[in-house]
Amino acid sequence: MAAAVPSIEKAASGITSTPVLDFLRKPKQLLIGGKWVPAKSGKTFETVNPANEEVLALVAEGDKADVEEAVKVARKAFEESKWASIGPHQRARYLFKIADLIEAHADELATLETLNNGMAISLARGMVAGAAEVFRYYGGWSTKIYGETNPSDPSLFNYTLREPVGVCGQIIPWNGPIAMFAWKIAPALACGNVSVLKPAEQTPLTALRLGELILEAGVPDGVVNIITGFGETAGAAIASHPDIDKVAFTGSTEVGKLILQASAGNLKRVSLELGGKSPNVIFADADLESAVSTAMFGFCMLSGQVCCAGTRIFVQQDFQDTFIDALTRYTSKVKAGDPLDPKTTVGPLVSKEQFNRVKSYLELGKQEGAKPALGGEVASGKGYFVDPAIFTGVKNNMRIAQEEIFGPVAAVIPFKDENDAVLQGNDTTYGLAAAVWTTDVSRAHKVARALKAGTVWVNCYNNIDPISPFGGYKQSGIGRELGRYAVDLYTQIKSVYVKL
Amino acid sequence: MAAAVPSVEPATEAAAARRFLQGPPKQLLIGGKWVPAKSGKTFETINPANEEVLALVAEGDRADIDEAVAAARRAFEAGRWPSLGPHQRARYLLRIADLIEQHADELAQLITLDNGKPISEATVEVGRTVDTFRYYAGWATKFYGETNPSAPDFFNYTLREPVGVCGQIIPWNGPLSTISWKVAPALAFGNTLVLKPAEQTPLPAVRMGELICEAGLPDGVVNIVTGFGPTAGAALAGHPDVDKVAFTGSTEVGKLILQASAGNLKRVSLELGGKSPNVIFADAPLETAVALSATGVFRNQGQVCCAATRMFVQESLYDEFAERIAAKAEAIRLGEPLDQTTTMGPLVSSEQYERVLGYLKLARDEGAQAKAGGERGPQERGYFVKPTIYTAVRNDMRIAREEIFGPVAVLIPFKDENDAVLQGNDTTYGLGAGVWTRDLSRAHRVARALRAGSVWVNCYGLIDPISAFGGYKQSGFGRELGPQSIDLYTQIKSVYVKL
Repeated sequence: MAAAVPSIEKAASGITSTPVLDFLRKPKQLLIGGKWVPAKSGKTFETVNPANEEVLALVAEGDKADVEEAVKVARKAFEESKWASIGPHQRARYLFKIADLIEAHADELATLETLNNGMAISLARGMVAGAAEVFRYYGGWSTKIYGETNPSDPSLFNYTLREPVGVCGQIIPWNGPIAMFAWKIAPALACGNVSVLKPAEQTPLTALRLGELILEAGVPDGVVNIITGFGETAGAAIASHPDIDKVAFTGSTEVGKLILQASAGNLKRVSLELGGKSPNVIFADADLESAVSTAMFGFCMLSGQVCCAGTRIFVQQDFQDTFIDALTRYTSKVKAGDPLDPKTTVGPLVSKEQFNRVKSYLELGKQEGAKPALGGEVASGKGYFVDPAIFTGVKNNMRIAQEEIFGPVAAVIPFKDENDAVLQGNDTTYGLAAAVWTTDVSRAHKVARALKAGTVWVNCYNNIDPISPFGGYKQSGIGRELGRYAVDLYTQIKSVYVKL
Repeated sequence: MAAAVPSVEPATEAAAARRFLQGPPKQLLIGGKWVPAKSGKTFETINPANEEVLALVAEGDRADIDEAVAAARRAFEAGRWPSLGPHQRARYLLRIADLIEQHADELAQLITLDNGKPISEATVEVGRTVDTFRYYAGWATKFYGETNPSAPDFFNYTLREPVGVCGQIIPWNGPLSTISWKVAPALAFGNTLVLKPAEQTPLPAVRMGELICEAGLPDGVVNIVTGFGPTAGAALAGHPDVDKVAFTGSTEVGKLILQASAGNLKRVSLELGGKSPNVIFADAPLETAVALSATGVFRNQGQVCCAATRMFVQESLYDEFAERIAAKAEAIRLGEPLDQTTTMGPLVSSEQYERVLGYLKLARDEGAQAKAGGERGPQERGYFVKPTIYTAVRNDMRIAREEIFGPVAVLIPFKDENDAVLQGNDTTYGLGAGVWTRDLSRAHRVARALRAGSVWVNCYGLIDPISAFGGYKQSGFGRELGPQSIDLYTQIKSVYVKL
């Protein structure tokens, strides 16, 4: 059990919002069967504000025993059809209500997100609005999950039903806690499933607040259960639980593989949204100004702790000097700073562990012979702040160009022509996202096709809209979230034959 | 101009609707503003339960339609609506749904006052309207085009784009729900529109116009022109700048609309009349079959396009079924529709009343026997007709072939499955049909064999926005509701890009 008593005054210094302070002062427990309960072990863990390293709150440390309990009540809620049988129009209303509640508590949620994750408050606000949109979008789907009647023989009537999968285990990451909550919970609920959700141990707070809002929306008890805790204990228990029908995970490729192995026990349906090392390909005919500002945004947003971050910037050779010069100058104005300041673009990294990891990659880059055209050092002091770094003289086979750093670090790599850009861009084990910058309409679409990635942006970066699927080629994942594709993840098909 | 001053006294029981009835004049909504008809004319709208004038309503005609179409065109071309993002359009539709829900009592009372249906049915109609707006709000973000499997040197994709300016002409029998069937999908897919409510029941539409304005839709996206079919309706159907016309009403008028649409090749959807067969086999769950067949034909005083007006009953069950459904008809409480205990109100208008009474006379002339009803109600005022069940009817009699649009059912015997299907399909209509049987195979076989746009098995008249609704044969063109509305309110563009 953590001994420290959190000092909200220190950890959330400067915060005056009553709802935020009230929430921080409350015990942070597990949501099981519509009730807030402590971990069976009685244990708690500390969650920290990465901007000042102070403890924000103690949070119940759920483990295997708590997951057991949560799965049991989720199963009961599912089998008693508390959710699946209430009718699609009614389910839609619940999701719309959740969206309305998220919007009504937008400031509070954004502030909590920034306090716990360190992301710039402007970004947190955008993520909260995006989460409301995801709930609305899937609210709409609940009345549109159509099966088919099949062109069967006249002596038979054959039709398909799309039915919920059942009890879903959903493990979400720390980099977009509210957004990831919405990506997982909204389609699961829309399709009639029940859920046991585990937020990341680094950022449990907003998931707990969203749990309260879901209860406020009147979702029946046991439909959404939330277990805070660690990956190795609570997360592993979810991934391998014999009574969970589907597991959805967003996080690192390493852990994704463990989840997949653990799922084999009862052949769970699995969807994984994992790491990336996404190529951002800039041709000489690109619009320089927007290519530069968007490239910065592509690798610096959320301090680069984004699975689809544009960390490998491929620049056409004869354009290289101009581009690097412009990107360096533009990015040099971006300094890691107080994430609660609305003008801040880059806040601290999420944790000490992440800070040390990024620091070691900055060293590695230099050892590999890359040159930091910008940044490359970390300042000392409180908080896990790292300024954006740009490496030039990088070859695509260097470790800093192949491994996911998850920090504000870009590797700039030159290329000769379209073919070379595509070959180098695809030379990675990942395939989450990619971008192409060109004013040539043919090249834009040709390269968009040739890049092996789940999302390709043409003359833009990091656009994510619930209408569109998101997920990875290669080792960036299995399955697609968002769009209509999430309906495939959260339903299974039954074919019914009736002899006439 | 109508001279009478409306008497709102009868509305005293309808407290929620009173503010609206006593409020400002009922005008036309054009370009976001409420305006009188250019001619200055108004017409009376009547409470059919007591024949009193409820309100004077602006009588829009061709000139007003021209104005409204121009406003809708400007809103469309300026991209005020189609170019809003889909999430934003969805929010507007959800907001409209919320506003309807907040004003549910008022809207239900307005429906009942203007149309005459019992308040309990009007309340259900309001709830359905809310569901339909919510349902299409969801579609605003889900009408996907496709990327086609084109050759490597081509990029070919399809876009689903709005049709443009829609003219929507709605009937008096579901004055609120038919707004949602037309307006919700049109808006969801980025169209602008001119709506003409039926002259018998303009009030719910005018109130909806206010709520739509309150929801903050850009000016000119929804325009409402009250007025008469031969003037305002005809102007809309024939207007060269209207891209699509959607009409719900009689088959006769539907054909006129179709002819008028030819001028500029408007897209047309028509939801028209019916003479729907309700087939009851001897193995039917009898009690439910009787109860739901009765509501299937008597709901809304039988003024329902898919009403179960032809009841085919298997020979061995015929007499018992006739007795039982006649008893149900006799038990119906015909009276003041604002009363919660009333189960049948008046017909909508004197015209409709005369028409139905004419058919009652025809039935006698044709030799049918009234097992129940067959005459006007005992009320001194109002257009009340008793729920009526006829036996001794053959499927070739006029009362079995023509749409009466009143609380009148004919009972026709049949021998076996084949006979039921042949007789059931022997009609120029094809809107709805019912099958009552406990036999699983027969249920699905007959459901397939009946030529109708909706078939109900061991139930009748269910309408859910998730499911397509429309007619085979002369019951209409196209399907409203369900995902099928996407086809009505979008057009497809195929884009080829040489790479």
